[in-house]
Amino acid sequence: MAAELHVELVAADRSVWSGEATLVIARTTSGDIGVMPGHQPLLGVLESGPVTIRTSEGATVVAAVHGGFISFADDKLSLLAEICELADEIDAQRAERALERAKSDSDAAAERRADVRLRAVAVR
Amino acid sequence: MGAQLRVYKRRIKSVTATKKITKAMEMIAASRVVKAQRKVQASTPYATELTRAVTAVATGANDKHPLTTEAENPVRAAVLLLSSDRGLAGAFNSNAIKAAEKLTAKLEGEGREVTVYVVGRRGIAHYNFRERKLAGTWTGFTDQPSYGDAKTIAAPLIEAIEKDTAEGGVDELHIVYTEFVSMMTQTAVEARLLPLSLDEVAKEAGDKDTLRPLYDFEPSAEDVLDALLPRYVESRIYNALLQSAASKHAATRRAMKSATDNAGDLINNLSRLANAARQAEITQEISEIVGGTAALADATAGSDK
Repeated sequence: MAAELHVELVAADRSVWSGEATLVIARTTSGDIGVMPGHQPLLGVLESGPVTIRTSEGATVVAAVHGGFISFADDKLSLLAEICELADEIDAQRAERALERAKSDSDAAAERRADVRLRAVAVR
Repeated sequence: MGAQLRVYKRRIKSVTATKKITKAMEMIAASRVVKAQRKVQASTPYATELTRAVTAVATGANDKHPLTTEAENPVRAAVLLLSSDRGLAGAFNSNAIKAAEKLTAKLEGEGREVTVYVVGRRGIAHYNFRERKLAGTWTGFTDQPSYGDAKTIAAPLIEAIEKDTAEGGVDELHIVYTEFVSMMTQTAVEARLLPLSLDEVAKEAGDKDTLRPLYDFEPSAEDVLDALLPRYVESRIYNALLQSAASKHAATRRAMKSATDNAGDLINNLSRLANAARQAEITQEISEIVGGTAALADATAGSDK
């Protein structure tokens, strides 16, 4: 069996997901980054966007992360985000409505949030 | 019914009603304490991970960040006081306010100008009554604070500390909140939030492995630190808000419990007095009847002669 890394996905007020994975793809401020077991220790700033986790069972977990950090050392990876939702938890229709509302109100922050959610759903 | 007895009965009724209310408040507070504690626990993973990350960067970067460098001679300090919106919590608010006042006096004694920020209506009322200026106030979420609330509080504070002292910025940030020790004990504590002492953060992270891995920073150590430190401050404020909320509910529960107990005692005393009054009334009625019949008997016996 391939080596695994332990992933902790935590939001400010709860622990969102934790488990073993073989690959984690996240978007840092300087571009997408993929982390596999044995990667060198890393600490990066995340952009808002979807994070893809390939679990050791072969399933794929997608989460929408709104800013935050990625840190990796000793095959332990933690993703910290102030707000973070699994794609399964996101209500796509609601996000779409929110996006339209945000566009008409020209609320940049809300628009970005809704956009990130929709992107996460699309990846799934 | 005698006048005395009626007065007692009325008081018993009103105290019973009060007791019902305090009992209900006690139970509500008890359930909220549990909820608040759960929230504190839920926020712990994030705080621990963040602390670990800060320690990692701190060892990797040569720190010259406004949030970590100590001013050589600090002239201005900010104090953030966490009180609650509602009272009926025993000495909860007055303890927190007292701790803030003590800290303010101490800082002023060291020759610093103190600006005060307050969360919670009780604290604000205290300062407004004394007509003292507040640099910032927040209300409406002390019972169930969210992370967003912590962010709104942190934003102006971080801005103030990043500003130059000459332009009205502050050099230090202290926080006064009530620490939730246990259901029975909550203590008002003060802590210096900024500038951040990285050694203390490292201690908090529980440094077992002194040999930390050499991190690769993305995009750079400085940028990571720039992004990380405000989040760390926010998370500390969030934790303080949650602890303060849990403490407030615990204090309310205790205050309402003693109120309920006192009401019970009062009802007991009053019912004893009411019983005594009723018995006195009966005794009097009996002696009146006995006296009346005796007088009647005497009168009829006299007329027979």
